[in-house]
Amino acid sequence: MSEQPKFKVTVDNISIEVPAGTTILNAARMIGGDVTPPAMCYYSKLKDSGGKCRTCLVEVSKGSDKDPRPMPKLVASCRTTVMDGMEVKNITSEKVVDARKGIVEFLLINHPLDCPVCDQAGECDLQNLSYEHGSEGTRYEFKRRTFEKEDIGPYISLHMNRCIMCFRCVFTADQLTDKREHGILERGDHAQISTMLNKALDHDFIGNVIDVCPVGALTDKTFRFKNRVWFTKPLDAHRDCSNPKCGGKVRLWMRGEEVFRVTARKDQWGEVEEFICNECRFHKKETRDWVIEGPSVIARSSVISQGHYVGTKKSQVLIDKVIGKQPKYLLDIHDISDVNRPEIDLSKIEGPAHSSDFKR
Amino acid sequence: MAVKLLLENDHIEGIRYYDTYRKHGGYRAAEKAFKMATADIVEEVKKSGLRGRGGAGFPTGMKWSFLAKPEGVPRHLVCNADESEPGTFKDRYLMEFHPHLFVEGLLISSFALGSNHTYIYIRGEYAWIVDILEQAIAEAKNNGWLGKNILGSGFDCEIYVHRGAGAYICGEETALIESLEGKRGNPRMKPPFPAIQGVWMRPTVVNNVETIASVVPIINMGGEEYAKIGVGKSTGTKLLSACGNINKPGVYEIDMTISVEEFIYSDEYCGGIPKGKRLKACIPGGSSVPIIPANLLLKTAKGQTRYMNYESLADGGFVYGSMMGSGGFIVLDEDQCVVRHTMSLARFYNHESCGQCSPCREGTGWMYKILKNLEYGKGKISDIDLLWDIQRKIEGNTICPLGDAAAWPVAAAIRHFRDEFEWHVLNPDESQKRNYGLAHYADPIHVPASA
Ligand SMILES: Cc1cc2nc3c(=O)[nH]c(=O)nc-3n(C[C@H](O)[C@H](O)[C@H](O)COP(=O)(O)O)c2cc1C
Ligand code: SF4
Ligand code: SF4
Ligand code: FES
Repeated sequence: MSEQPKFKVTVDNISIEVPAGTTILNAARMIGGDVTPPAMCYYSKLKDSGGKCRTCLVEVSKGSDKDPRPMPKLVASCRTTVMDGMEVKNITSEKVVDARKGIVEFLLINHPLDCPVCDQAGECDLQNLSYEHGSEGTRYEFKRRTFEKEDIGPYISLHMNRCIMCFRCVFTADQLTDKREHGILERGDHAQISTMLNKALDHDFIGNVIDVCPVGALTDKTFRFKNRVWFTKPLDAHRDCSNPKCGGKVRLWMRGEEVFRVTARKDQWGEVEEFICNECRFHKKETRDWVIEGPSVIARSSVISQGHYVGTKKSQVLIDKVIGKQPKYLLDIHDISDVNRPEIDLSKIEGPAHSSDFKR
Repeated sequence: MAVKLLLENDHIEGIRYYDTYRKHGGYRAAEKAFKMATADIVEEVKKSGLRGRGGAGFPTGMKWSFLAKPEGVPRHLVCNADESEPGTFKDRYLMEFHPHLFVEGLLISSFALGSNHTYIYIRGEYAWIVDILEQAIAEAKNNGWLGKNILGSGFDCEIYVHRGAGAYICGEETALIESLEGKRGNPRMKPPFPAIQGVWMRPTVVNNVETIASVVPIINMGGEEYAKIGVGKSTGTKLLSACGNINKPGVYEIDMTISVEEFIYSDEYCGGIPKGKRLKACIPGGSSVPIIPANLLLKTAKGQTRYMNYESLADGGFVYGSMMGSGGFIVLDEDQCVVRHTMSLARFYNHESCGQCSPCREGTGWMYKILKNLEYGKGKISDIDLLWDIQRKIEGNTICPLGDAAAWPVAAAIRHFRDEFEWHVLNPDESQKRNYGLAHYADPIHVPASA
């Protein structure tokens, strides 16, 4: 086998060698941690995804060893491939931080902020994004955009008001099912996800649109309002699924002995590892349907990962490498806040957690 | 007397029809081209210095030479006749009154590029022009200029007219390609560029109508002669569609040596401003380019005369200049309100955003809403800064240039007419009854001695 050429790329002062053809985003993911730009539309498992949300914009301060000129504009890291010797600035670029703040604001101006009643809350990429990259408060003083409610069938609930137009669900339907039944109608700020002539979505793999949706625009009707995700405990499980395209490897979200929700397993970037069929997702809600493997490894992108679960894997801290020295922390949040106290392990609490569990 | 190349035969009755066109030297360039090697045609276009007339001004010869030529893969020429930029209506004139000049240009360009199937993507609203074009194509075909083995050269060519469905974004070349393929007109991510993977993933050249028509005189007179017309990198002639507060709105051909002042005031062109009103501002190149006040329009920031060509209009960059753009020349007299005008442009871009990327989808609507408040006396001073910040966060951060096109007019309006915006805020009632007027926008600007 011929040796694939390797390119050296530096992201926020950390260098790595990656195969030619790798995107900046994926190179940054190989480094990991905070130097990885947030990605709201790119999805490595979906061909042609990315480029739309613009949250992953980065500054290319050096194009390559051959042509060291910087790129004139910020580029979408998910759609730009690395060159040998390229230098990229993500959190070390003021321009990026500023532009990203703008993007977060744009994504939020018409977002309903109905997190208290949204099933996605707690595992929502937009919540995480705004928390990490947005600013407090809004400068938007107008009525938020709303859409008429549309029923897309018995299993999937569509809340168009929450959609950020990442196109992931459209690619999912296009690439996982033989006949795409939904798509985008209208354009501009009135573009909306819809089905042709109000048809119900009905395909054995269509449930996956729920998992790829970064926000609460597509949620599981069989789990609707049943529980907050942070009160349920994720366990990895499998079953011998009769659907030849489905591996039956899932994540069960349980409370006590009860299976509240079944989803695909997600990796540390919040991406589905293996897509699952509707049968496994919507119809297997008994513990006896499953062989339970144990607590899921949870990393990133979920309140579940706040340090309390048995399976939590903390993401790497790289700030010292980015700034070239040890940071000096001004404050340990746990000194002043009782929320999320690290010594309290939620998975060891029987049943749901209550505020009294956090009393000192 | 200015040189005319495209509209040379404008006065001839029936030039629209094949027989008349042919009698007046039509298809002579095609005859000449078919005796040339295709690479030589490209070379002539390169020598001519012709720059794309669709707005960006990219050198056409260079674009043609970038076209990939993989073995066994068809290539296509696609002509952009979507012309939807507010203020721009020059392609319409060419297609409506000189369809054979256009078809001849398409034929020569298709031959040079090796496109056996050439497409005209025309905006849906130009419904009647579709018939004119199809008639011209049929006439050309009946006379052996299209179809199989044209002039015994072994080259086959068909031209198809494809109607758009009324979306400005489908004028952006990759959105146009998607739409031509029958998909939703969303711009594609670049790279790959159309020259490598365009329509049906085949190498494609997308050119504007006027660009294609200009190939005819270039072949007739030779690239070098063509390049002698005009100045600097603004070679040949350019069609301008002039509108707004002028006595003679219409389509004019200029050789890019005249001054802006002459273009507005001479009787050969716009014929001045009606009722003796004074000039306040102008958008020289279609709605997407920066608006500039009268004082910066007629003279550059260095105090030199501003000319109607690519370089001079852009002199001073976006801070003191504007752009040639697509040639949609919009004149505003002292009675026009820049706030209202900016609002209506913002409304347009909000309406036309495809919605693919967040800054443009969300930002254009936000800008429109704020401008609506400002225009109707409900604005705040902080809104002006907010508007500036929003356009700044859209510009450069989007997939396609529509985002920039939405941001630039707002940026330029605030940059040059900030006091008019503030006046609207501070005089909410009065601003509903009268306009700010000319103010100081035509006053000579102080030129620093060192400049
Ligand atoms: C939003 C948008 C709209 C456009 N509309 C047109 C159009 O209507 N006609 C046109 O010729 N070019 C239009 N363009 C420019 C085209 O993308 C492309 O640059 C042009 O067709 C290339 O032709 P040229 O090199 O001959 O100028 C538009 C660009 C953008 C970004
Ligand atoms: S519904 Fe969800 S997955 Fe689909 S486009 Fe909207 S945000 Fe993306
Ligand atoms: S800039 Fe606007 S028109 Fe262009 S791709 Fe983005 S949303 Fe669509
Ligand atoms: S993740 Fe790159 S643009 Fe959305």
